[in-house]
Amino acid sequence: MTVTRIMQKLMYVWVLLLFSQLAQAKLEIEIIQGNASALPIAIIPMQWRGSGPPPLTKPAEVIAADLYRSGLFAPLEDQDMVDRPVDAESIRFGTWRLLKVDYIVIGWITDAAGGNGFDITYQLFDVHTQEQLLSQITTVGPGDLRFGSHRVADAIYQKLTGVSGAFSTRIAYISATGEGRDQNYQLFVADADGYNPQPVVGSPEPLLSPSWSHDGQRLAYVSFEKGNSAIYVQNVATGARELVSSGKGINGAPAFSPDDRYLAMTLSYSGNPEIYIKDLATGQKRQLTNHWAIDTEPAWSPDGKWVYFTSDRGGRPQIYRVAAEGGKAKRITREGDYNARTTISPDGSRIAVAQGRRNEYRIAILELETGRMRTLTPGVLDESPSFAPNGSMILYATREGTRGVLAAVSADGNVRQRLILTEGDVREPAWSPVIR
Amino acid sequence: MKTTWRLLLALVFAVAISACKTTPPEADDSASDAADSTPVVEEATTTAAPDPRDYTDARNFDNSESLLSKRVIYFDFDKSEVKAEYRNIVAAHAAYVASHSSSRVTLEGHADERGTREYNLGLGERRGNSISGLLSAAGAMGSQLDTVSYGEERPVCRVSDEDCWSQNRRVEIVYTAR
Repeated sequence: MTVTRIMQKLMYVWVLLLFSQLAQAKLEIEIIQGNASALPIAIIPMQWRGSGPPPLTKPAEVIAADLYRSGLFAPLEDQDMVDRPVDAESIRFGTWRLLKVDYIVIGWITDAAGGNGFDITYQLFDVHTQEQLLSQITTVGPGDLRFGSHRVADAIYQKLTGVSGAFSTRIAYISATGEGRDQNYQLFVADADGYNPQPVVGSPEPLLSPSWSHDGQRLAYVSFEKGNSAIYVQNVATGARELVSSGKGINGAPAFSPDDRYLAMTLSYSGNPEIYIKDLATGQKRQLTNHWAIDTEPAWSPDGKWVYFTSDRGGRPQIYRVAAEGGKAKRITREGDYNARTTISPDGSRIAVAQGRRNEYRIAILELETGRMRTLTPGVLDESPSFAPNGSMILYATREGTRGVLAAVSADGNVRQRLILTEGDVREPAWSPVIR
Repeated sequence: MKTTWRLLLALVFAVAISACKTTPPEADDSASDAADSTPVVEEATTTAAPDPRDYTDARNFDNSESLLSKRVIYFDFDKSEVKAEYRNIVAAHAAYVASHSSSRVTLEGHADERGTREYNLGLGERRGNSISGLLSAAGAMGSQLDTVSYGEERPVCRVSDEDCWSQNRRVEIVYTAR
């Protein structure tokens, strides 16, 4: 352990990462709390060996930024790269050992066979054993070099941590701009690193509660465009959308079942909010909860057997669980005055919630087996937690002054980062499943 | 049958209101007479100012002296009970709605930013329903009333402090038809 790394252990690492294409994406990502035990890795710039001019996207930069954001890696800065090997034979391992680098990635990019798209050819080595850990070619379509780079980062992450990567996924979120009558709401989908934000739907009336289908193709959301809340399901690629519910009262909190056959939702046409499950193929729905309290924010367990939800049947909002087939609800959260809007980890072992204490709301995580609950974020108005599909991070909404911004925290609470869209009030992030 | 009931309730209300009007020591007899006898109402609209306590008189919507001009009810945090100080405002609107069968009211329920958005939709609706329940109990027909919850999506104030939050925890009584 070097002096530098001991120093890092003693303090938070405050680093500002500015991407080369910052202006294009209007996005900043800042690691506000780092991880002292991050693995040092060198991602060598990848040579362009195709025809024509080199693409604008620099895969090595994208890969390094992904790994850095995970908090588990400390990629070597470009200016510290004393050597830029292009093939396995030219790697001088002694040099990299001196630079305290544990892993090295080399590679190049060519036109894919037939000239349509790109091949990213890359290798990952352990600097200490000189062992080749990965040797792969990732092929992507034209315009997908960033996506391909995220796939490479996924493979490296999986090889070195044993957990599948979530860099080639997407996030959905709501942004609100303007004031009063000029307010405009938009539902966006962007890459997991915040790049390529694409508007899915816009409205002068509130939009909320975006929720992904597990095939990653559709988003369910709530729109007030008709004057009252209504639930829509929209295909992200084609834009085609379907009105799923617009009854009297609340039509809210949509959540796809793991097999995407059902949509759980909150409806209050009976007089107060209850959770219903609608079969999307037949249109038939059944009532899952029946209580005078507010029952809302359903979330499915990954095996589809349980529905977790928020209810104030005990006086204050807490998380309860009911069998998806129906039955008696059981209270799950016990600590704290206010626990709501749960998200379930992909392995089903933990739930994250927005936890309120007096005027402060923070993201907390509960181990279902042990009942151990831990606060992950500093507050003061943190809400809408959403697990990454690999369970490593939780994306959530927080406040900076009067503005909403997105942030992510590692599931162990050690690493925190902020994603800021420079315009508007950003809220309600939803992390997509892994898109296959 | 239903219509008879409605008329009866409206009548009971009108009587109750005029009864109320006689108790306070106000000398504005002409206005109260005008409101009670229908044939001279039109003349009254052009000549005399409305009695602010005549909650069946639509002119009072714009009369800052009248409770009918007050159309926002405020609530405590995470609560939907109508506080005593607002009951007379609700009663005034109940009198109007019950006496005007063609009037329609939307109760827009709102919450402050604390807590989650979907729970706050539920809370806003619960607040709207509290007002709606009081209006119904006082003779308004279900068909005249509608509740829409906006949760925390439509704040009137955007600062994160109690002063601002207290302005956002509200039900707006919106007349879609008078």
